[in-house]
Amino acid sequence: MNTPHMIAFKNIRLIDPISNRDEKSELVVQNGRITGYNAHEVPKGISVIDGKGAVLCPGLVDMRVSLGEPGAEYRETIESGAQAAVAGGITSMAVLPDTEPAIDTPSLVRLIRQRGQETGLVSLYPYGALTRNCAGQEMAEMGLLKQAGAIAFTDGARSLGDAKQMRNLLAYSRFLKALIVLHPEEPSLARGGCATAGPLAVKLGLPQIPAQAEAMMVARDLCLAEMTGARVHFAHISTSGALDLIRTAKQKGLSVTCDTAPPYFTMTEDAIGDFRTYAKLSPPLRQEKDRAAVQEALADGIIDAVASDHVPADADDKRLPFAQAMAGGTGLVTLLGMTLKAGLPLLDTLRLLTSAPAKLLGIEAGTLSVGAQADLCLFDPDMQWTVRAGRLPGRARNTPFDGVTIKGKVLRTFQSGREVYRDDSLCGKQA
Amino acid sequence: MTPQRHSAHLLGIEGMGPQAIIPFLDLAESYALLSRSRQAPHNVLRGRTLINLFFEDSTRTRTSFEIAGKRLGADVINMTVATSSVNKGETLLDTASTLNAMRCDLLVIRHAQSGAPALLSQKVEASVVNAGDGMHEHPTQALLDALTIRRHLGRLDNLEIAICGDIAHSRVARSNLHLLQAMGSRIRLIGPPTLLPSAFASAKNVTLYHSMEEGLKDADVVMCLRIQRERMGAGLVPSEREYFALFGLDQRRLALAKPGALVMHPGPMNRGVEVASTVADSPQSVISEQVEMGVAVRMAVLDRLLRMRSAA
Repeated sequence: MNTPHMIAFKNIRLIDPISNRDEKSELVVQNGRITGYNAHEVPKGISVIDGKGAVLCPGLVDMRVSLGEPGAEYRETIESGAQAAVAGGITSMAVLPDTEPAIDTPSLVRLIRQRGQETGLVSLYPYGALTRNCAGQEMAEMGLLKQAGAIAFTDGARSLGDAKQMRNLLAYSRFLKALIVLHPEEPSLARGGCATAGPLAVKLGLPQIPAQAEAMMVARDLCLAEMTGARVHFAHISTSGALDLIRTAKQKGLSVTCDTAPPYFTMTEDAIGDFRTYAKLSPPLRQEKDRAAVQEALADGIIDAVASDHVPADADDKRLPFAQAMAGGTGLVTLLGMTLKAGLPLLDTLRLLTSAPAKLLGIEAGTLSVGAQADLCLFDPDMQWTVRAGRLPGRARNTPFDGVTIKGKVLRTFQSGREVYRDDSLCGKQA
Repeated sequence: MTPQRHSAHLLGIEGMGPQAIIPFLDLAESYALLSRSRQAPHNVLRGRTLINLFFEDSTRTRTSFEIAGKRLGADVINMTVATSSVNKGETLLDTASTLNAMRCDLLVIRHAQSGAPALLSQKVEASVVNAGDGMHEHPTQALLDALTIRRHLGRLDNLEIAICGDIAHSRVARSNLHLLQAMGSRIRLIGPPTLLPSAFASAKNVTLYHSMEEGLKDADVVMCLRIQRERMGAGLVPSEREYFALFGLDQRRLALAKPGALVMHPGPMNRGVEVASTVADSPQSVISEQVEMGVAVRMAVLDRLLRMRSAA
């Protein structure tokens, strides 16, 4: 993994969503930055990578990742999470602050950034806590956190029940021009629940969360966003009811955005049958009509980005009766392949995974423009592989996609022009 | 970690058809007769170990399994949460591994979490019997209810069965629903909307009622469910007296059912809340017989599971 002065990519299908480019091309990287698209002009003797027709696109930008560090390193560390990320073609990721301790002081923000740099694999962007300790009580020091490098603010998987407090948080965030990322779930309605309300949860005898708990919270926070003018972003949207509200709000011109995660457009609640805890997620998997609505909203642009919603869990967190098991699934390695399953044009799929989340977070990533940092993902959109829990890079094994066959495989990942991942299984076949 | 070989479990009624259900009832019928004549065969489970693993208090179900095991000659050990290492932070699966290492043959488990017996069954070689898990299933209760009905009405198909009360939180209701559906009867679920999930309306041969008067009309069987006091505090029902006034089973309402309709209750009863004493003690009540059939059904379950295991 040396750092070549200059690299030329030849024989590639270059896809750059920000410029709508999708064409056979070449790409030249010099000193970690993209310098041009014509490899014939480069001097002899530099490294040349033959893409053999594979797609070269910006390294993916994952805007919602939980890592166990600090506090739960047995689940995942920043290092192991970064390894999983680059295996998924991800070169930038925003990490949630609801760790132990929560990322609610400037020094902790700096710590996370530094730990990211130490991996030498990915650019790590810490979210700052919205409230102290992400506990939903006192306002966190948003201004100081932002100065220290917090990319946006959130309480992770916790939603705030008190409307007046949320109004104050949103109002305060406005002068900081901060993006507020929310987990929309009406907390009193969701309390104690673990499965979407409906015939399956009733049959299994599991405590339920009505799908409407999501729309209800989106409705309240849209009202508050309108009152305060804050920039609100709803994470992992999973229901048609919430999407309808967001669609209307966008039409009204509110500065509201949202993302979703692959489980919500590739799976339904059927996956939790037989009390399968690897399919226990937050929000819980939904019924088919909601899954279809999420897929449709990806196609019509109501959903702005796709994030992995990576939540690592240990065997002890998951080998429990369903209601007691921890919610969440890993998603870094499978992000690209599962998102391709939405069946959108490749350019649109990659926009949701690169330039769109980069723009939301305001980071310089997700582009192949001349002068940009050479964060790159080389992948074969036709190569098939099967997800096997326990055999993916990263420490945690709790993928909800165990046994799923994916079409689309990451071959190599580069950060600042440096190779940070190469698919070992291909060394024989490709070379 | 040990892959279970040849284990036969009774984790729930869901998925069982008449061919799976009827042999349990037939064997239980014969055990009921033998028990009455004090001729239960003490050699059937001789040398076998049964552990009653109860994570929730239940005197009657635990005692019923204990008597069933002892009547067939098994060594019965009762483990209750209060004295076990579960309170010391041991996980369910570690408890399972420990019991597995002790080579017990039958593990009867009651747990407050739906799916706990299924999880346990993945880890032990013993046959696991679900004695009630959360709001999920209580299969031996459904079998004993079915046996009681069959003894009185002679069949389990084409009956109108009314199940009244706290359906939402009831594993008894779910197991009975699966069993009676499988046998070809129609089920009316009666209760206030807060205790009766509308999702049940999509089930086959099930009709929902919020009025006892409508739901009980011409029913062959009326099953009452226990309503827990905490439901009142949780804001699901305003008070006991309103509940009894609107959903209690009294003589006047029972008269709307078919003449001689059976009155059933899985116990323990709240007299004057879900059922009037006059009804509970009436000739139509088969509540005591349910308890008797409970022992017979559990004898049949223990016996058959071990036979299924050795046959596999």
